[in-house]
Amino acid sequence: MFHRLKAYFARALEVPDAISPVRYETLKRLMTVLMVTVSVAPLLILTFISHSQYMRTLEEEMETPLAALAHKTQAGIELYLGERVSTVSFMAHAYHLQDLSHEHTLNRIFHALKSQYQGFVDMGLVDKNGRQIAYVGPYQLKGADYAGKQWLKDTEIRGHYISPAFLGYRGYPHLVIAVHRLEENGAEWTLRVATDTLPIQQIAVPDGKSRDTDVFLVNDQGVLQTDSALYGKALGKMPFQLPHAVHDTEVIRKEGNDGRSYLMALCTIKGTDFRLVAIKPIDTAFRPWLALRAELLWVIFGGIALIVLVSNMLMRHLVDRLRASDERRVAVFAQMEHNQKLSSIGRLAAGVAHEVNNPLAVILEKAGLAQDLLTMNKIGGDEKEKQRLVNLLQGIESTVERARGITHRLLGFARRMEVSRQELHIEEVIEETMGFLEREARHHGVLLAADFPEPLPEIISDRGQLQQIFLNLIGNALDAQSECQGKGNGERFIKIRGVAEDRCISVSVADNGKGMSQEVLRHIFEPFYSTKKSKGTGLGMFITYGIVQKLGGHITVESTEGEGSTFTVVLPLTPPDVSGEA
Amino acid sequence: MGLRLLLADDERDFVDTLAERLRLRDYDVQVVYDGAEAIRAVTADKPDLVVLDLFMPGLPGDEAIRQLKMMYPAMPIILLTGHQAVDDTGISPISQAFACLTKPLAFKDFVATVEAAIRGSATQGNEK
Repeated sequence: MFHRLKAYFARALEVPDAISPVRYETLKRLMTVLMVTVSVAPLLILTFISHSQYMRTLEEEMETPLAALAHKTQAGIELYLGERVSTVSFMAHAYHLQDLSHEHTLNRIFHALKSQYQGFVDMGLVDKNGRQIAYVGPYQLKGADYAGKQWLKDTEIRGHYISPAFLGYRGYPHLVIAVHRLEENGAEWTLRVATDTLPIQQIAVPDGKSRDTDVFLVNDQGVLQTDSALYGKALGKMPFQLPHAVHDTEVIRKEGNDGRSYLMALCTIKGTDFRLVAIKPIDTAFRPWLALRAELLWVIFGGIALIVLVSNMLMRHLVDRLRASDERRVAVFAQMEHNQKLSSIGRLAAGVAHEVNNPLAVILEKAGLAQDLLTMNKIGGDEKEKQRLVNLLQGIESTVERARGITHRLLGFARRMEVSRQELHIEEVIEETMGFLEREARHHGVLLAADFPEPLPEIISDRGQLQQIFLNLIGNALDAQSECQGKGNGERFIKIRGVAEDRCISVSVADNGKGMSQEVLRHIFEPFYSTKKSKGTGLGMFITYGIVQKLGGHITVESTEGEGSTFTVVLPLTPPDVSGEA
Repeated sequence: MGLRLLLADDERDFVDTLAERLRLRDYDVQVVYDGAEAIRAVTADKPDLVVLDLFMPGLPGDEAIRQLKMMYPAMPIILLTGHQAVDDTGISPISQAFACLTKPLAFKDFVATVEAAIRGSATQGNEK
């Protein structure tokens, strides 16, 4: 499992080794993603944790006052109802059946009650057969038969009873409080009082003050006992089933039918089957938080955008630097490889030259001896035949001379030698060298000109070696001109231009001769590479290259086939201290 | 008899042929094939001029020239080398030689150098 995961990441994080645009693109993407992930992930986690923590705290802070409100309201309603029940109970106990059955007495008691307690609507006395034998109130209910009614039975069983609300007089909901009495003499009766629910409503919602919390009573059938801001008037039906409630206040969360979330405190009212409900939409409590959250979101998204932007820029910069250094490294390697190649070719050439020199010497001596023998008449024979042999031997001699020239130049290049240093003006050296070649240039009709826009500083270098360099370069330029003599159109020139650069001198030799192909350019500084067929040794540029290196400079060439070539030699004002391996 | 020369070179083919050519020109030439032999021969015969190859087995030319110059400071010595790297093999032995020539030899130059060397030493000898 772990291995597979590791392999997966290795594949995902793979960066191509080859130096290609893909490599840097991948690298940049990878680093950016990593950096953004590493910086954004903790930010998001932190945000998430604080958010949920804050929400929890907020909910708790909301629950507590809601529960307190429910509890307070519960106490108020229980007090109110208890007061009424005990008042009615007191009446029932203070009077006998015969007192109360007189409507006159009942009327007096009722009015006394009404003057002390608000909300009482009517009052009736029900005998044991369920018939209302006395009644005070706005309805004509005397003689009403309640026999077999559930409330009557409940009252007889429990001693007192509080009914659910019902719509009554003046269109206000009412509820009935009934007390059952069993006298010592066996008389059995029930005192029934209807009371307005408005006071209860006022306890739940004092002064009709509109608050964001909705407090109301509901019975176990789900019928509203008081007005609810959310679910309609009293005696309406609750749109949903309420959960079971106990006397102690409980707070629960409720998803409303309108899609909002509500916090609901629930408790029962003692002595009734009412439940008190205090309900509050959560979003009102969260309104300030939502405003804050919007601002925080701006900050977070702004921050993330900034991180992405900065990482991207940073990585681009970094990868660009990396790419530049890679490219530089590759270039340096190429240069080193080139130098290495030339230097080993040089060493090889020197070795070969040395080994070839000895047999050449033998050939030359033998040929010389044979010539001596012939010319000194140590050997008899026909004079004409002898002359012919002498000619052949001279041919051998001159060929060996040619080979000797090659080997000596090779050795000259390869040998280690002290560069003799002196302060000199490079203009003088160049003009001197041009002197050697002026006649040849004129002969070919080539304009040979040197240009030094400003006086060049003195350079410490080797006069002879410098001459060799310019002799080779100008000589090659002349050859390039003479070989394209057929073209014959326009002025043919060789321009030499010397300028001072930062602690070095740059001299360029430009011609508008035949130029060189890419193939020639690639091999130009290699030994035995010649385009001049029989004429050249193929060592000129090779040796020039070696000398320039030895003097601590470098040589570059630009050329376009058919348009001409420009060689540029850059030499330091003071050569490096090392005398330099060949 | 002409001038007496001693040639010392390990390249037998070369040195023998050179000796024969010189003999044709009436020089009295003795040939040896290494440095130690060259010193023995010089001690024994005291030639007019010594031609030493710079690189020989046994006693190399630069060591031989040092020893010879110690014994016979006036004796002219010509060095031969197949190598042009003469100027960095050490300054003293080479500067002690009358000349240092590179192989393959241009024979005419060689003979001219030999003559010049002997003339030079003769002048020196006369001055003494």
